[in-house]
Amino acid sequence: MLQPQDIEAIRALIARAKRWDAFFGVLGIIALMIGVLTFSALFLDMAVRGIPRLDLDFFTNFPSRRAASAGILSAWVGTTLVMVVTACAAVPLGIAAGVYLEEYAPKNWLTDIIEINITNLAGVPSIVYGLLALGLFVYQFGLGQSILSAGLTLALLILPVVIVATRESIRAIPVSVREGSYACGATTWQTVSDHILPYSSAGILTGVIIGMARAIGETAPIITIGALTFIAFLPTAPFAGDPPAGLFDWALAPFTVMPIQMFNWTSRPEAAFLANAAAAGFVLVLMTLAMNGAAIWLRYRLRKNIKW
Amino acid sequence: MNFPRNTVFAALAGLIAAGTVHAQALVKVDGSSTVYPITEAVAEEFQKAKKNAVRVTVGISGTGGGFKKFCRGETDISDASRPIVKKEMEACAQAGIKYVELPVAFDALTVVLHPSNTFAANLKPEQLKVMWEPGAQGKVTSWKQVDPSFPDMPLKLFGPGADSGTFEYFTEAIVGKAKSSRGDYTASEDDNVLVQGVSRDKGAIGYFGFAYYIENKDKLKAAMIWNGSKFVAPSAAVVEDGSYQPLARPIFIYVNAKSLERPEVKEFVEFYMKHGAALTKEVKYVPLPANIYEVNMEHVRKMKLGTVFGGVPEVGVKIEELVKRETKE
Repeated sequence: MLQPQDIEAIRALIARAKRWDAFFGVLGIIALMIGVLTFSALFLDMAVRGIPRLDLDFFTNFPSRRAASAGILSAWVGTTLVMVVTACAAVPLGIAAGVYLEEYAPKNWLTDIIEINITNLAGVPSIVYGLLALGLFVYQFGLGQSILSAGLTLALLILPVVIVATRESIRAIPVSVREGSYACGATTWQTVSDHILPYSSAGILTGVIIGMARAIGETAPIITIGALTFIAFLPTAPFAGDPPAGLFDWALAPFTVMPIQMFNWTSRPEAAFLANAAAAGFVLVLMTLAMNGAAIWLRYRLRKNIKW
Repeated sequence: MNFPRNTVFAALAGLIAAGTVHAQALVKVDGSSTVYPITEAVAEEFQKAKKNAVRVTVGISGTGGGFKKFCRGETDISDASRPIVKKEMEACAQAGIKYVELPVAFDALTVVLHPSNTFAANLKPEQLKVMWEPGAQGKVTSWKQVDPSFPDMPLKLFGPGADSGTFEYFTEAIVGKAKSSRGDYTASEDDNVLVQGVSRDKGAIGYFGFAYYIENKDKLKAAMIWNGSKFVAPSAAVVEDGSYQPLARPIFIYVNAKSLERPEVKEFVEFYMKHGAALTKEVKYVPLPANIYEVNMEHVRKMKLGTVFGGVPEVGVKIEELVKRETKE
């Protein structure tokens, strides 16, 4: 039988635990708010300064010495094309490497070393990738200062992120799924293509988008390999012109990207260019948000299809 | 679920196989960020005039980075905020790159103060040297130390970072040795940061390009500089007549001689010389005297190769005298 003083002690104990609970709740909210409020303040400031500049012309004009008629056409086209190349290179390579490490590779010291290296690569400063790409893609492979070089550079940059995300989401699949497949006589590839990849695709997609969101804002490696600042023409569209361009001629065209255009405008003396820079920054954030939104939507669609 | 494997692989294979670039007239310019606004304006107008038949690209790699690419033969024209130096001349010679040196405008450095500062409105280069020389680091911290007649007010220095051509020229002109400066000042590659800094601090002094001062006239005060015979306030007129010394310098473009054989490059350079003066004014730089552009045209026609500086930077040379000199390769 509990004595009244014991009950008092238990109540005090519970009250103390609850106080700590509330304290950490508040601490967590403060920590969260520091991030959220900082970002909101920056974003709002940028939006207030930039939105008045946003009109159709801003998207369809090339850069110009006159702030009022300068636009981001070459920059957003460049960014989009570079992102396409990055995705085409990083996604298949990253997923294949992740699948191999999880499903095929024997567990020994060699794979351990590879694993550690991949994790470390994710932390290498982006300028290092830029220098590597300058030597390898631009000069060694002779790809020049092109969209292709830039896309491949950023692909290298986000490859570790894609590989790690692929492996994490493959590991989250219950072993019983795998064993069931093998029990029916499936080969490893059949298991991977019919079960592992479809079930892990939501997680992989998240990883890909996080990587792409990092790549879209990268400036240092792109400048290193020679992105331009003033470019008032677009890469040739496939089969356009006379004689007709090849299907992939655009990939070897010179280019610029959004962060470079933005940086150039922030360093101009005329105040009107600062509004342009804010507007370009606003568009860049929207591009990132749109990418994240697409990822959430796709993830939702894919999750619905999983029937375990 | 269907994975679009085949399409992805086909696309990759296609990307790698894409070998040929379209042969379209292209003029490649790279180099100094100081010269960039002028070249950008010229490129914009040139493409318009040519109805986009010729493409022009302009990059910002800095004067040094621009010359590196130029001497590898990767660019047709190099923007430069200082003359080519010995090491770069050797690199070009080794690669067999010959070039024509063309001054295109003046860049005037402005020494700026907080608007409330009245005591330092007139400054001599020697006083600036006391503030900026490496020996001043940590020692010269009050205006009183610069000149006994100045009040005992904390001295706050603002200037561009060590990679900039502006920094190089200012140290050359004031301290006497390029890139030799005290390190304990607020440095930024973004001149707008310097504008903000100087306009908020009563004891501040800083330096940057004339265009940034003109755009921010209401927030800053420009110091008048002793040119050896009188104090001169920076303005387009004094820069042009050569009396704003030692803080005005010509800036250049270097044209690859082989590229000049291509009609599009030659036309671009001629366009630059013809419309350069008007466009220079528009982007708030000071144009050269009109006849210099004609002399430049003459140099292009005669292919006057090499530099008139011989790889050594100089301070306070007259532009008229400069273009008459013999060149060295």
